[in-house]
Amino acid sequence: MRVALFATCLVDTMVPQVAWATAALLERLGHEVVVPAGQSCCGQMHVNTGYRREAVPIVANHVRAFAGAEAIVAPSGSCVASIHHQQAAVARRAGEHALADEAAALAERTYELSQFLVDVLGVTDVGAYYPHRVTYHPTCHSLRLLRVGDRPLQLLRAVRGLDLVELPAADQCCGFGGTFAVKNAETSTAMLTDKMANVLSTHAEVCTAGDASCLMHIGGGLSRLRSGTRTVHLAEILAATEEAVSPHQSTRPAVAR
Amino acid sequence: MTAVFLGIPTAPRGVGHLRGDRSFPDAARDSLRDGQLRANLGHATATIRGKRAAVVGEVPDWAELREAGRAIKAATMARLDEHLIALEEQVTARGGTVHWARDATEANAIVTRLVRATGADEVVKVKSMATQEIGLNEALEAAGIAAHETDLAELIVQLGEDQPSHILVPAIHKNRAEIREIFLREMPGVDPTLTDDPRRLAMAARAHLRERFLRARVAISGANFAVAETGTLAVVESEGNGRMCLTLPETLITVMGIEKVVPTWRDLEVFLQLLPRSSTGERMNPYTSLWAGVTPGDGPQEFHLVLVDNGRTAVLADEVGREALHCIRCSACLNVCPVYERAGGHAYGSVYPGPIGAVLSPQLTGIEDNASLPYASSLCGACYDVCPVAIDIPSILVHLRGEHVEAQARTTPEAVAFRALSRAMSNPRLWRLAQRAAGLGRFLARGRPTLPAALPPPASGWTRTRDLPTPPRETFTQAWAREHGG
Repeated sequence: MRVALFATCLVDTMVPQVAWATAALLERLGHEVVVPAGQSCCGQMHVNTGYRREAVPIVANHVRAFAGAEAIVAPSGSCVASIHHQQAAVARRAGEHALADEAAALAERTYELSQFLVDVLGVTDVGAYYPHRVTYHPTCHSLRLLRVGDRPLQLLRAVRGLDLVELPAADQCCGFGGTFAVKNAETSTAMLTDKMANVLSTHAEVCTAGDASCLMHIGGGLSRLRSGTRTVHLAEILAATEEAVSPHQSTRPAVAR
Repeated sequence: MTAVFLGIPTAPRGVGHLRGDRSFPDAARDSLRDGQLRANLGHATATIRGKRAAVVGEVPDWAELREAGRAIKAATMARLDEHLIALEEQVTARGGTVHWARDATEANAIVTRLVRATGADEVVKVKSMATQEIGLNEALEAAGIAAHETDLAELIVQLGEDQPSHILVPAIHKNRAEIREIFLREMPGVDPTLTDDPRRLAMAARAHLRERFLRARVAISGANFAVAETGTLAVVESEGNGRMCLTLPETLITVMGIEKVVPTWRDLEVFLQLLPRSSTGERMNPYTSLWAGVTPGDGPQEFHLVLVDNGRTAVLADEVGREALHCIRCSACLNVCPVYERAGGHAYGSVYPGPIGAVLSPQLTGIEDNASLPYASSLCGACYDVCPVAIDIPSILVHLRGEHVEAQARTTPEAVAFRALSRAMSNPRLWRLAQRAAGLGRFLARGRPTLPAALPPPASGWTRTRDLPTPPRETFTQAWAREHGG
C-alpha cells in the first residue's frame, strides 16, 4: 500500500525520530511511504485554544497537502482525533462547506498508527525487538476519542525482548492538554506529578505512548527530576530491530538512517 | 426612545454565587498547595468513582438508558416554553402557586416576600443548587430571616461559614476531624466529648436538626425534576432530612431552574435510574419525594413554585452550549475530573464546579465574567464518558474558548501569535521558515539535550517544571525531501 505519512507539526519540528521510525516501520512491513511536502499541522492547537477561525486555513493547507492520498497515517492519537472530530466542523462553522466535505472525506482515510497496523494491515507482530522494561500510557485522545483500546498493547506484547509492565491508574490524564500545560501550568504539573509517580512505581526504563506531545510533557518532567526513566514513542519501539539495538539505547532514533 | 436589544440577559452581577473573585489558575495555585484538601479530595473522589463504576457496570442497557436521557432532555429543551406553561397549569390546578423569576434578584425578592407573608423569621432548607446559585440564604438573612441548611454536608458548610465545593457532597473538602472541630465550635449545646466517629457526628447533627424540623413553619427546597403533565415535583436525597422539610412545615417554597422540567411521568423512569447510580453510586437513592400542589390534611398546605431563569434562556440560545442545560446535577463529571480532583471546587469560584461548572457558569454569567473556566480542563474527555445524559463537555469547553477569543475587544499578544502561526501553518514556504526559526532554539541549549529551565514567558510556564528538548538541526520533512529528492 502507498501510505502518506503525516508527521504532525510537533514531531516534524521537535522529535523527528518519531516520524523516521514510523516511516521505517511501514517500509519494513512492505509499504511505500510518501511524505507530502506541503504538510504542516492539523489545526488542533488553534481550535482548542479558541482560534477556530484561524484554524480554517490550516485545515485547508492540510487538505491540499494530502489530497488524493490513499491512506494517511500519523504517529499521534490526538492529531488524528482532531482530523476526525474537529477539522470538518470548524470549516463548516466558517461557511466553508466544500472544504468541510473534503476534510471529512480525508478523515475517513486517516489513521492513528496502532489502528492502521492492527485494523488496516491486520498485523500485531511487526517483527520488532526491544530488550527493555516498558510501561504504556494510553493518551486520552487515543483512549476516549479514537477508542484505540488495547491495540497498542497487542503490538507491544508481540515485541521480542520487551518486558511490558502495567501502569497503575493508566487511564488518568498526564496533564498535558495542549495550551492547558502553560495556561494552567500548576494544575498540569500536579497531574504530571501523579502520572510520574505511577510511571516510576513500575520501575520501567521506558514509558511509551502513541502521542509525542504527552510524551514530551511526561518526559520533560522525568528529565527535570533526573529520574532516568525515559519516554519513547510507540513507533520507535515498533521500528526497533536486533540490528538497531545498542547497549546504550536511548531516545535517539532506534532506526538506522 | 428607541429600544436597543442587548441580547438575552445573563445572571446579574452582585447577587448569587456564580462568579469567583479570582481566575481559576490563581485560585488553584492556593488549593494545589493545601495538602489536607488534596488528601480529602483524592480519597473521596476515588471512593465515589469506584462505587459509580461498579453500579453502572451492572446495568446491561446503560448505553441505551443514557441515550434515552440525552434524547428526552434535547426534546424537552426544544419546546421548553410549552412544557413550562403546562407545568404552571398543572401546579395551579392542584392548589399551588407558580412565580416566574427572571433572575436571582427577582427570585430572592419573591421568596423573601412569601416567607414574610407567613410571619416566620426562620426557614428550614432542603439541599438545593438553585438556591445556592441565587444566594438565597444571604438575601433572607438581609431580610432578618434565618435559613437553616438541613442536608448534613450543607450544614457543615454553613456552620463552618464556608462555601460548597461539590454539587453532591458540598463538604467533600472536609474530613471527619475537621467536621468534629466545626461542630464543637459552632453547634449550640453540642456534647463536648464528641469524637470524629461518623455515627457520633451524625447523631450530633440529628439532634441539632430535629429541633429545627419540629419548629419550622416554612421550608424551602429545590427540585430535581418537575413533571409538566402532572405538576409533580421530585426531590431525591439520601438522608431523609429533605423529606422532613417537605412534609412537616405548613408552607413549602420550591425554587427551580427552568431546565428541570420533564414532559411526562414516564420520563422519570429513565432519570431515576441514571441519577443515583451516577451520583452516589447507589442503585436507588434512599428517599424520593414526589408531590403535586397541595393535599388537604397531608403535608404543607401552602405550596409555591418559583421558576428561575437567571441566564438559562441565554444558554438555550447557544446551539452548542445549550447541551449544558441537560445536566441533572449528578456530579459524576466532578468525581472523574483530574483537574477538579486536584484544584478542588472552590477554585472554580461558582456553586457549579468541575467540568459541568466550567461550561455552565460562564454561559449563565456571560463568558467575560468567568473567562478562565473554559480553559480549566486538559480536555481528557473523562467527563463526557461518565455523563449520564451524554453532555459533550469537552466540545462545549472548546466552543466557549472560541466564544471568549472572538469576544475580545482588544488584540492580545496571544492572538497576534496565533494569527501569525496560522499564516505560517497554512503556507508551506512560511512554515518551513518558521520551523527553521524554532530550530535556532538549539543554540540556547549550547550542546545540551534540553533547553535552559529559565526561559521568558510564556515558555516559562512549561520550563518551570518540565524540561524542553533541544530542537533538532533539521526537521523530518526537510531531511526526507533531501534524501528522497522531494
